[in-house]
Amino acid sequence: MANMAQAIRMALHYAEENLGVTDIFGEDVGAPLGGVFTATQGLKTAWNTPLDERGIIGMAIGLAMAGQRPVAEIQFADYIYNTIDLLKIAGNTCWASHGDWNLPMVVKTPVGSGIRGSLYHSHSFDATATHIPGWKIVMPSNPLDAYGLMISACQELNPVMYLEPKALLRIKGEERIPGEPEDDKSLSKLIDAPLGDRSQWKPQWPAELSAYAVPIGKGKVVRPGSHVTVVSYGRTLPLCKRAADELASSGVDAEVIDMRSLWPYDWELIKGSVEKTGRVLYVNEDTEVTNFGEHLVRRTVEELFYKLLAPPRLLAGKFVPGVGLADTLEMASVPQLGDITAAIRALASEQP
Amino acid sequence: MSKPRLLNRPEDAAPLERDLLVRMHDLMVKARVLEERLIQMYKQGHGYFWIGGPGEEAFNVPLGLLMKKGQGPAYDYLHAHYRQSATLLALGEEPIGALRQMKNTASDPYSGGRNFAGHFSKREWNIAPVSSPIEVQYTMAPGTALAQKRHGGDGITIVTGGDAGTAEGDFASCLVWSSRPGMELPVLIIVTNNQWGISTPAGTQHGETHVADRGRAFNIRTKTIDGNDPINAWRELKEAMEYVRRERKPFLLEAMVSRLYGHSSASGANFVGGEQDCLARFEERLLNDGVLTREQMNSLRSRYTEEMAALARQVREEPLPGPETIWNHIYAERK
Repeated sequence: MANMAQAIRMALHYAEENLGVTDIFGEDVGAPLGGVFTATQGLKTAWNTPLDERGIIGMAIGLAMAGQRPVAEIQFADYIYNTIDLLKIAGNTCWASHGDWNLPMVVKTPVGSGIRGSLYHSHSFDATATHIPGWKIVMPSNPLDAYGLMISACQELNPVMYLEPKALLRIKGEERIPGEPEDDKSLSKLIDAPLGDRSQWKPQWPAELSAYAVPIGKGKVVRPGSHVTVVSYGRTLPLCKRAADELASSGVDAEVIDMRSLWPYDWELIKGSVEKTGRVLYVNEDTEVTNFGEHLVRRTVEELFYKLLAPPRLLAGKFVPGVGLADTLEMASVPQLGDITAAIRALASEQP
Repeated sequence: MSKPRLLNRPEDAAPLERDLLVRMHDLMVKARVLEERLIQMYKQGHGYFWIGGPGEEAFNVPLGLLMKKGQGPAYDYLHAHYRQSATLLALGEEPIGALRQMKNTASDPYSGGRNFAGHFSKREWNIAPVSSPIEVQYTMAPGTALAQKRHGGDGITIVTGGDAGTAEGDFASCLVWSSRPGMELPVLIIVTNNQWGISTPAGTQHGETHVADRGRAFNIRTKTIDGNDPINAWRELKEAMEYVRRERKPFLLEAMVSRLYGHSSASGANFVGGEQDCLARFEERLLNDGVLTREQMNSLRSRYTEEMAALARQVREEPLPGPETIWNHIYAERK
């Protein structure tokens, strides 16, 4: 099975061949590296930019204005902050111009902890991104969704922020991408650049790739359950699934929902689940103050209060200035499997 | 009709024809009167904020007249700033749009009552939406220019901003991205230098002799020109544009201009003494050269003043956007 980086690469290949993607660019996105996480290796429209994040976002806006379809990368979400006013402009251009201009552009950026990235390669961007209206914001937690969400992003008329959970980029999926070869090794041989001299290398893309799309705004129940609802996305999603599986043997039956899209998001799916279980835990790793999960908690309280059997809970990253490099510091800063298991168990057994 | 009289200055290689001089004067007056009306509307409480470009007409009118107007990469893109009503009028825009934007009416063609005066947007003519954060347009210009380079033809991207804003990194981004070796982009990078950043004089902020000098470090052709003379501005713009169209490379043009009514309504929007008035200067020349009489010029100004007043009265009666329209156009939808 493809890993997430390979899935994104295949989706981008499909998009540049079939969906009109004209430019995939960013720092070290083109040859020879093909992106720090290899997500852009061998793509024909990939090119390297100056080390200038504002220039990258500005270029994407300009290209989108002129009828091109750009996919811009910010190497790490930690470095996207100096473009925040440009992100605001990209988000408001359609609205501010009364519908005159729209910007079909994708900005992809790796986010979050899990690769021992220290202070400047571990930041989350979900709370900030969801604070900028006019964007659509997605974050996959497995290679198949990564593929399908990228296809949707490249079909959009509007700016899409594509958040890539760093910790999951090299993990193989459980479901095959339509058109992906049966054998992992043969996939790697076809599309992974060799180490060393790559100047003569060309990828051989699987011929059967398709426009398999995960619609933006649609979440997914990844584990049905009846006692408690767990809502997550990105790196913490597979941890929530594992925690739920482990808890099943001790009589706690948790339903796990992968949001996949943070904006717009699938409230109907969350609502239906919470109405069924009466208990909900939101899990993400962005810092806990003004966290996107807080919005979900607020909405849960306002709309579902009388259906609840316990207060809605949020398990998020600690409100500290960064994720420290030492393993102990990172583990203590963002939710780990044990934290999630404990939180689900506590919520499932909470009595008024 | 008599043969057009040609103006000849000693330094003029190719004099401008009378018709063009008259047309530029007409547009300069129209733009000046429009801005004065906008200021009046603000002062009468028919708008919350004014910002505009009285004092920059001698540069902005030739710019609009020289642009290749149309939609898509075959035509010129303009990433303007908020002092360019004269450019829009020279392109053929009707002044009532600016008045509607000032009054925030539902009929405001640029933003539907959502944005400040001078914040133009017109996709049909490749006018990118003007945004209030200064200089951000400089980072976007290489994007449209790359599309044009790819497209072929002679369409160029024109980006304008003020001198104070060149301190922002976006200006440096534009220089870097438009001059990458082998990937130079057809961008006419314009800085209109009025020597002020709100209340701060440029002399206290910029170590460089001319803003244009910064282009030299990037091997970008540069020039600093007198932007208060429309004939000079026409010639210099034409030359710079022809270079960008032909060579598909950037050109950095710094135009020295005036700021006749201060920064914006935030600084009072009152006429400022000591600034050169490009319109008065041009009229003196047209008079001396026998192109137009004082009576002709006065009557033109009166006519536009009456027209703008009538338009302002019309706009005053137009409704504001309905509150439910806040939900419109958050996203573009496939039709």
